[in-house]
Amino acid sequence: MLFLRQTLTIAAKDLRSELRTKEAINASLSFALVILLLFSFAFDPTADTTREISGGLLWLVFAFAGALILNRSFARELENDCLDALIASPVPGPALFLGKVLANYALLLGIEFVCLPIFGIFYNVRWTQQLPSLALVLLLASWGVSVVGTVFSALTVNMRLRELMLPMLVYPMLIPCLMAAMQLTTPLLAGEPIQGDLYAWLRMLVGFDIIFTALAVMLIDTVLIG
Amino acid sequence: MRALAVEGVWKFYGDYPALREIRFDVEPGQCVALLGRNGAGKTTLLRILAGLARPSKGAVKVFEKDSLDRATRGQIGILGHGIAIYDELSAYENLRLFAGLYGIEQPDKWAMHWLERTGLERVKDGLVREFSRGMRQRLAVARAFLHNPKLLMLDEPFTSLDDRAIALLQGLLRESLAAGGTVIMSTHQLREALELATNVVLINRGKLAHTGARTQEMLDDPGYLYRTYGEA
Repeated sequence: MLFLRQTLTIAAKDLRSELRTKEAINASLSFALVILLLFSFAFDPTADTTREISGGLLWLVFAFAGALILNRSFARELENDCLDALIASPVPGPALFLGKVLANYALLLGIEFVCLPIFGIFYNVRWTQQLPSLALVLLLASWGVSVVGTVFSALTVNMRLRELMLPMLVYPMLIPCLMAAMQLTTPLLAGEPIQGDLYAWLRMLVGFDIIFTALAVMLIDTVLIG
Repeated sequence: MRALAVEGVWKFYGDYPALREIRFDVEPGQCVALLGRNGAGKTTLLRILAGLARPSKGAVKVFEKDSLDRATRGQIGILGHGIAIYDELSAYENLRLFAGLYGIEQPDKWAMHWLERTGLERVKDGLVREFSRGMRQRLAVARAFLHNPKLLMLDEPFTSLDDRAIALLQGLLRESLAAGGTVIMSTHQLREALELATNVVLINRGKLAHTGARTQEMLDDPGYLYRTYGEA
């Protein structure tokens, strides 16, 4: 019970800080919107080929916009040496980590929630046709991005070029998660349900989330204290 | 039961040994001045004692338990170089946050208690980023004492504090010691440290140069310690 309370306390603190400064939200949202707008000029929104790459396009935007949120996750703790105070407190490393994951997850879902309708308008896609399945894919893939991204945010927090290092390290790790999300999102945006071979991608997404969450929780103390 | 036991601690940065076979004990109720020149290894040692870094070799026990043990950490209060408070939260929210993390019962009451003790109750809802330097320092002191720690670890506690914060901190340290608490403070400001200290640990280039009780000679002439045990 105390573990859960500490996790939620960390998540609430991160969300409150972010909603007051809006540093990551503004950067991430404006980046996502600009990319969606620029790609809509580059591709013909009425063409079938554009709709065939819609899943990949959407997840590229989410992944890059997510990196801007994840970069701030541990970096905001560096001011005034707040990270030392958190590590020195009796809060278990996994509670600290999961609190930060929850905050990043909420922010990432918020960005996705804003971007999806705009994506629908720019690319002429009726994205609500398979809404429950699409929501499931978004929830699962965003959790994977948040977990892996938060671990690497902790790993790179003391690096001089952390804004560059985080995406370089995190995207190769996210390839299975992003591939599964892209493979599932494209047919869902076209109004097709999850069926046949698509279940294998869904299982991969679930497996990725479970394996990386477990690994991160086990290794986070080593990451934080060294 | 020893408040702190440092058992043959080494710390390497690459091949360079920043700390070499540091070994000393601290009994409950003692106030230890951790002294040494700049770069002697005081901050590195204090970070290891506080569980913020792992020793390369050796071990640190706090109340006979591993210093990295989470339950043990609840008994330690830390005031480091940074103030460790969040600029974008209010004074009250900061103390409420740490009260929650330390699992303090009645967190609201204790947050308000420490705001009153540090004279910040009138600005409790003000964001820390709008505070003056002195107010931020007093809030940092409140954060360190909030959970009534049995062992306080202070890194250069008097550096950059204003007069009011120094008086507040000295008063709180005396109170804590009178109540049986233990204090370890790393500093190279000899006079302020030796006035409070019951014991002295001198680090010289990563090695333990001297450990023992603070004597009258040290108080009369703070340079005596370096001349006798360290580099002149």
